[in-house]
Amino acid sequence: MGNLYSGAEIVFKCLEDQKVKHIFGYPGGAVLPIYDELKNHPTIKHILVRHEQGAGHAAEGYARSSGKPGVVLVTSGPGATNVVTALTDAYMDSVPLVCISGQVPTHLIGTDAFQECDTTGITRPCTKHNWLVKDIKDLSRVIHEAFKVATTGRPGPVLVDIPKDIQFAKTKYSSPKKEKKLNGKLNNRFNQKDIDQLIELMSKAKKPIFYTGGGVINSGPKASELLRELVRLTGFPITSTLQGLGAFPGNDNQFIGMLGMHGTYEANNAMHDCDLLINIGARFDDRITGKIDEFSPKSKKVHIDIDPSSINKIVKVDLAIEGDVAEVINITTKTLKKKNLNLEKSNKQKISKWWEQIQKWKTKKSLNFINSDKIIKPQFAVQRLYELTKNKDTYITTEVGQHQMWAAQHYKFNKPNRWMTSGGLGTMGYGLPAAVGVQIAHPEKLVVDIAGEASVLMTIQEMSTAVQYNLPIKIFILNNEYMGMVRQWQELLHEKNYSESYTAALPDFVKLAEAYGCVGIRAKTPNELDQKIEEMINTDKPVIFDCLVDPNENCFPMIPSGKPHNQMLLGPKDQSENKITGKGKELV
Amino acid sequence: MTKSKSAYSTPTKLGKLDTHIFVVWVDNEAGVLARVVGLFSGRGYNIESLAVAEVDQKKSLSRITIVTTGTPQVIEQITLQLKKLVPVHKVANFKREDKRVIFKEMALLKIVANSTKIKKALNVCKKFNPVILDKTNKSVVIQITALRREIDKMSKNLKPLGLISASRTGAVAMTRGSEIFN
Repeated sequence: MGNLYSGAEIVFKCLEDQKVKHIFGYPGGAVLPIYDELKNHPTIKHILVRHEQGAGHAAEGYARSSGKPGVVLVTSGPGATNVVTALTDAYMDSVPLVCISGQVPTHLIGTDAFQECDTTGITRPCTKHNWLVKDIKDLSRVIHEAFKVATTGRPGPVLVDIPKDIQFAKTKYSSPKKEKKLNGKLNNRFNQKDIDQLIELMSKAKKPIFYTGGGVINSGPKASELLRELVRLTGFPITSTLQGLGAFPGNDNQFIGMLGMHGTYEANNAMHDCDLLINIGARFDDRITGKIDEFSPKSKKVHIDIDPSSINKIVKVDLAIEGDVAEVINITTKTLKKKNLNLEKSNKQKISKWWEQIQKWKTKKSLNFINSDKIIKPQFAVQRLYELTKNKDTYITTEVGQHQMWAAQHYKFNKPNRWMTSGGLGTMGYGLPAAVGVQIAHPEKLVVDIAGEASVLMTIQEMSTAVQYNLPIKIFILNNEYMGMVRQWQELLHEKNYSESYTAALPDFVKLAEAYGCVGIRAKTPNELDQKIEEMINTDKPVIFDCLVDPNENCFPMIPSGKPHNQMLLGPKDQSENKITGKGKELV
Repeated sequence: MTKSKSAYSTPTKLGKLDTHIFVVWVDNEAGVLARVVGLFSGRGYNIESLAVAEVDQKKSLSRITIVTTGTPQVIEQITLQLKKLVPVHKVANFKREDKRVIFKEMALLKIVANSTKIKKALNVCKKFNPVILDKTNKSVVIQITALRREIDKMSKNLKPLGLISASRTGAVAMTRGSEIFN
C-alpha cells in the first residue's frame, strides 16, 4: 500500500518531479488548499504577482529566457479569466506554460457558484489542451501529461482546472510515465530524400535567402549553434522574424536585418527578389508577407517546421520538411559536408552578384533617422542603450508598439533567449511582467524592458512584485505621450485624426517609481542620456527610466498595408529626397 | 485604386469550394466535441452537418462525421488542425463525389393527413427504404435513409401530402468494399 496524498500535495509532488523551481501566482478561495501546502515544499518558490495577467506574462518571460516551461497558479473565476490574455499570448508565440487554476467544488460546477466560470470552456481556444480534473485518481497523470503537451512539438500553453474538493481528496501518487506517445504525434517526419532535395535546391540557387523565426529559438540553444554553422557553410544571406532575433548574431555580416512590416529595406527586397527562400521555424505571418499574391514571386520555397499545420497554411511551398529545426539543420549540415560540395567556395562565386545587389540595397541605410541635439530621438535612445549594455549579457523585453519595433531594429542580439516580445498577439503590458519572470530565471543578469508609456501603464502594478522580490529590472520608457503606433497609423492613413491616441494626465514616472519603492530616473536631452543610462545600469534596484522622446517620430521603414515587399516606405530623409515609389507616396 | 485604410491586407480571390466529408476518431471524453466544433467556428470553417456517437465502448472511442466546404487549402488546414488536437486519433477526409465512399443521412418524417394522402406519401418515399415506425388513421411516422439532397427534395414533395414535422441526422460515412479509412 502506497501513501495517500491530498490533491494539493499531489500538485506539488508533480511539480517537484517536473523539476519546477518557480511558480507565478495569486491566491484565492478555490486554490487555498494548494497555497496551504506551499510551505511544505521549500524547493518551489512562489512569486506573488499583483494581477493574474502579470503571472502569465512573467511565466512567459521565464520560459522564453530559460527554455523551461513557465508555471502559473491562479484561483477560479476572475483569477482564471485574468490569465486568458497571457495564455492567448503564449499560444500565439508558442511559449510553454502550465497554468493550474482552482475551480469551485465539483458539486457546485454549473450552478453559477461564487467565483465560478467555465474555465476550460473559456481557455479551450487559447491553449494547446486543457483538463478539468473531476476525479482525484486522474490528477497526477493529467499534470504530467500537461507538462508533456506544453513542452513537446510546437510548445504552447496548457491549463489544468482543479476543483477545490479534488484538492482535498486523497489518493496514491504516480510518478510521470516514461514516454507514452501522444496519439502518434511525432516530431520528425522528414526523411533523407527531403534533405537531399533541399541541398539540390541550395546548390542551384543564385539568389538564396534564409528566413528564420521563433522555431529556431524554441528548438533550443543547440539549434542556434547549428544554424550559425549552416549559414556560414553556405554563405547565404539570412534575415529573421521578430521572434527569431538572436538565433543568428545581429552584428554578423551575413545577417541583413529583420524582415517584415518594419524590417530593413535590404531584407524585404531580398525576400522579394530571391530565387530560393528557406523558411526555418517561421510561419509566414501577415506582418511578414505583406500582400500574399506578390510575396516573393520568383522563388522556390522551402519550409522547415515542427508544426505541419503551419506548412502551406498561408504560402504554398515547393518543399515541406516537417521536423524539429535542430534535427533538420543538423542532418542538412552533415549531408552537405559528406557530399563535400565545397559550397563555401563554389557558392561564393555563384551568389556574389546577389550579395552585390544586397549591398546596394544596404546603402539605403533604411534604419537611419534624422538625429537631433535638442530632443531625444527614440531610435537614438535605443542605440545608446545598446551601446552601453552590449558588453553585458543583457536580456531585453518589450511592450508593444513603436518602441518595440525600434528595439527590434536598433538593438542587436547575438544570443538566443535574450529577446522577449509579444509578437503574435501584440499584447501591450507584456514587457514589465515578462521582465519580472526573466529576472527570476536569471537573477544576476541585466534585464531591461524597453517600454512605451502607454503599454507599461497596463501592467505597472507589477513594479510592486519587482520590489518585493528585489528584482532589479529596468523599465526603460520611451515616453512620447502618445500611443505611438496608433498615432503613426492615424497620421499616415486617417488624415491625422489623432482620435484618442494622446494620453493626457500621464503620471509622473519618477514619483511613481518612488511610490513603489524603486528608483526613478528622467532623461530630457540627448546630452544627458548616456550618463543617465549608466546611472540606471549601476542602480541595484528596480528602476523606472522616463526617457522623454520626440513625440512626433514615426517608425520607418515600413511596408504599407496591402503592399508587397519591394514597395517600402522609407524614412523622412528619403521622403524629402523624393525617393519613394509612386504607390507608396499615395499613403503619405 | 482605392487606398487601404487597414493595417491588414485585403482579401484575395477565393478558390473553388469543394464539399468534403471528414471522419474523425476521438477519445470519448468531456468537451471533445466542443474542441472539434470550436476549431471549426474559431477558424471560420463551415459545418454543413455533424454526426457523432461512441463506436468503441472498450477503448472509449467516438467517431465524428463532419460535412464541410472549403478550398483545397482550407481542407488541408482542417485536416492538420484536427490532427493537432490531443484527443484526436485519426482523421480521414474525402470529396463528396468520391465513388469509393458511401454516405447516408436518416430522416424521421411525420405526416398528418387522410389515408389517401398517406398512401401517396408512402409511395413517394418508396425509393429510400421507408420504414413505418408509427401509424394511426390520421398520421404516420416514416423513417427514410438517403442523401442530403434527396431528403431535401422529399421534404418538398411531401409538404402538400401533409408533412408537418421532419427530424434529420447529419451524414455518416463508410468506405465501399473491404477497405477501411486510414
